[in-house]
Amino acid sequence: MSALLDVRGVSRVYPRPRRVLWRAEPPLVAVDDISLRLERGQTLGIVGESGSGKSTLARMIMGFEAPDVGEVRFEGQNLHDLTPGALRALRPAFQMIFQDPYGSLDPRRPVGWSVGQPLRAMGRAHSTRAVHEALERVGLSPAAATRYPHEFSGGQRQRIAIARAIATRPCLLVADEAVSALDVSVRAQIMNLLMELQEEFALAMVFITHDLSVVSSLCDDLLVLRHGKTIEQNAAQRILAAPQSDYTATLLAAAQITPQSHAATAKGQSP
Amino acid sequence: MITAEDLTVRFGAGAALRGVSLRLAPGQRVGVVGESGCGKSMLGLALMGMLPDAAQMAGRITVDGADLSAAPEATWRALRARRMAMIFQEPTAALNPLQRVGEAVAEPLRLHLGLSRDAARDRVLALFEETGIQEPEAKLRQYPHELSGGQRQRVLIALALACDPGLLIADEPTTALDAHVGLRITDLLVRLTRTRQMALVFISHDLAAVARTVDRLVVMYGGEIVEEGPVDQVLSDPQHPYTKGLIGARPPFEPGHLRRRLPVIPGTVPGLVDLPKGCRFAGRCAQEMPQCAGTRAPKVQTGPERSAACHLLTEAAQ
Amino acid sequence: MMRRLPVNLILGGALVAVMTAVALISLVWTPHDYTALDISAKFAAPSATHPLGTDQLGRDVVSMLMAATVNSLTVAFVAVGIGGSIGTALGLAASAYGGWAEAVVMRLVDLGFAFPAILFAIMLAAAFGPSLSIAILAIAFINVPIFARVARGAANQIWTRDYVLAGQAAGLGRARLTFDHILPNIAAPLIVQATIEFAVAILAEAALSYLGLGAQPPMPSLGRMLAEAQTLMYLAPQLSIYPGLCIIAAVLGFGLLGDGLRDVTDPRLTKART
Repeated sequence: MSALLDVRGVSRVYPRPRRVLWRAEPPLVAVDDISLRLERGQTLGIVGESGSGKSTLARMIMGFEAPDVGEVRFEGQNLHDLTPGALRALRPAFQMIFQDPYGSLDPRRPVGWSVGQPLRAMGRAHSTRAVHEALERVGLSPAAATRYPHEFSGGQRQRIAIARAIATRPCLLVADEAVSALDVSVRAQIMNLLMELQEEFALAMVFITHDLSVVSSLCDDLLVLRHGKTIEQNAAQRILAAPQSDYTATLLAAAQITPQSHAATAKGQSP
Repeated sequence: MITAEDLTVRFGAGAALRGVSLRLAPGQRVGVVGESGCGKSMLGLALMGMLPDAAQMAGRITVDGADLSAAPEATWRALRARRMAMIFQEPTAALNPLQRVGEAVAEPLRLHLGLSRDAARDRVLALFEETGIQEPEAKLRQYPHELSGGQRQRVLIALALACDPGLLIADEPTTALDAHVGLRITDLLVRLTRTRQMALVFISHDLAAVARTVDRLVVMYGGEIVEEGPVDQVLSDPQHPYTKGLIGARPPFEPGHLRRRLPVIPGTVPGLVDLPKGCRFAGRCAQEMPQCAGTRAPKVQTGPERSAACHLLTEAAQ
Repeated sequence: MMRRLPVNLILGGALVAVMTAVALISLVWTPHDYTALDISAKFAAPSATHPLGTDQLGRDVVSMLMAATVNSLTVAFVAVGIGGSIGTALGLAASAYGGWAEAVVMRLVDLGFAFPAILFAIMLAAAFGPSLSIAILAIAFINVPIFARVARGAANQIWTRDYVLAGQAAGLGRARLTFDHILPNIAAPLIVQATIEFAVAILAEAALSYLGLGAQPPMPSLGRMLAEAQTLMYLAPQLSIYPGLCIIAAVLGFGLLGDGLRDVTDPRLTKART
């Protein structure tokens, strides 16, 4: 059986504007020959910092943007070979949640409208019950449906965004820095919710983050990206236990709580 | 030596800070952690005498023994020019986009120290070298947009150090930076406090960044200090339920935790006007007792340099 | 907490409200029939029967001004409505589809900006004969590129928002996203622009009518009243002052209202105020 998501050798190049009139800038290779596989119910963590190409990769997985080379296969179908209609018909099966809970909901639309949007796009006219179910599933009251995004806190908005993403019962969820903007206590709540949903719906997740401290409890596998290239790709626990590259080791050090006084004494430095 | 005693800041009906006391010895690095809206940035502004006009402040702030609580703006301005400096989260917003970074750093040198153009330039160069800016000569003539985020933050640190301050307040200095860049910035801050015997207040929601930088940790919640002590002790043996929750909510690094639920602090940080009257953490605390909502927990000394404010500790002490 | 409304909004709103009220009243009632001639009572001084006197043909000035206001507002409303709709549609389409479609639309917009409206009106009048519809068409024409540019600029910003991407992930096409997310979120700048263009349109209508390219007799128009009164400047200066004041009030009213609306809807300016 083929993997749920199978990305094969994708690359994406953007032309760069000229800085001087008479010389073309070399193009920016945002994503350079990246391959990955994801099975049902599994989570793949994509770790990278700004400019690593992780968002471009997410956009290609979501079918928003076509790779210049390579292919993105979802349930065996190459997303970028599909007709626009066929791609649209497939969309309920893979959904996305975003980093900024303030920007991912239309401020002029009530919450229920936003959550119901993918259902209406599927042609399910009477979706009120499904909207209420989705809201309840993420721990919000159905009464939230008639209220507007600005009435909710950041964590609640992220719940709303998750409700919208799961309303169509997708089998793949792409989470682009979905917990990065949240405070620690709220972040744990949202991460627990994602774990519950994953078990309940056998949801596969692509979890994109710059912060290695959140991957240990969420991710089966990890892909570490830098400047569009794969630095390291392995089971998450292995990478966390013994990173193979200096870059991963640095990211790991940055995410770990190690009091500096400890580190200093360990190295034998006087404070 | 800079101290704050029983500092309280109010905005109308909302309390931004309540009874906050802090002592900063030369060379000491204090980390202030807590979630957004817990008052950590307000504390930084209060120490700098830069509270918004609408704020009403009570309590004492002393710098080298002089009480500044009622000092006029001019006194504060002089202090800010020479004795204390602050850096912020967004290095781009803090620099004038039309000014070369060398000139930006030279400005306070010429203005406050009265250095000549050439002397100022030499000092800027030395500062750029000290803060680890690559190719300092070339950077002098560059504009902020030509530098990377990490280099911009270094320029701001150089600017903050220009007049050799005794205290540097860093408000989320690593938050907007990539992790591996943030790591180098915190290393730099540690080195600078050591070589210059400068006190550092490091304000951040990023426990990891704070832990590797400071030697003393202050945990804030609802505008109060709920726990403080040496950083390794607080992190390895937290005593206030909020500190425990904050540390516990972080996913552990050790293998074998895949899909294991994280312990959570229920609810969200309340707004300034919705804060409970007694213990600020009442309503979210798993170990809440009847007296928590109504009466404020006194600060309990739990070790030679440690304290926490929680009714549980008061009971245990009796 | 109630924010204080800006002065220009209050002043502009009041002026516009008075103008609109006067225009609406005139539809059902004017002191006199504005077409009724009474040569024996020409150049009458203000009196109880004729509050602002009469003109060279003995027509009641108040009635004429009231009817002319209706005319001005209608022309402005229809012209800005037509031009604004076409322009907004073009701008939204350019923003939604990008690529060569955007390039073509925006170059046409540049062309529109380069073409003077008065010249366009004269050209149309030469071809089809002067009429009010020609004036409306010409004013609508100048509004198309303005709205296309504003709509495209505002829409481009909204297209980068995550909620639009979420809508795309839901399987919605660009046209549907434009109606669901883009249009509601750019309504505020469009309304502000429309209000300001309303003032410009009133002025343009007066100018075209003054040149004889707009409203034709006996239809009253502020611009034509001004043109007719011009020859009588020394005899009866008040006849050119009244319509002039009306034009000033209308333009000022809508201009202030537009500025005020922008002040309250633009978050950047709101921050600067508080």
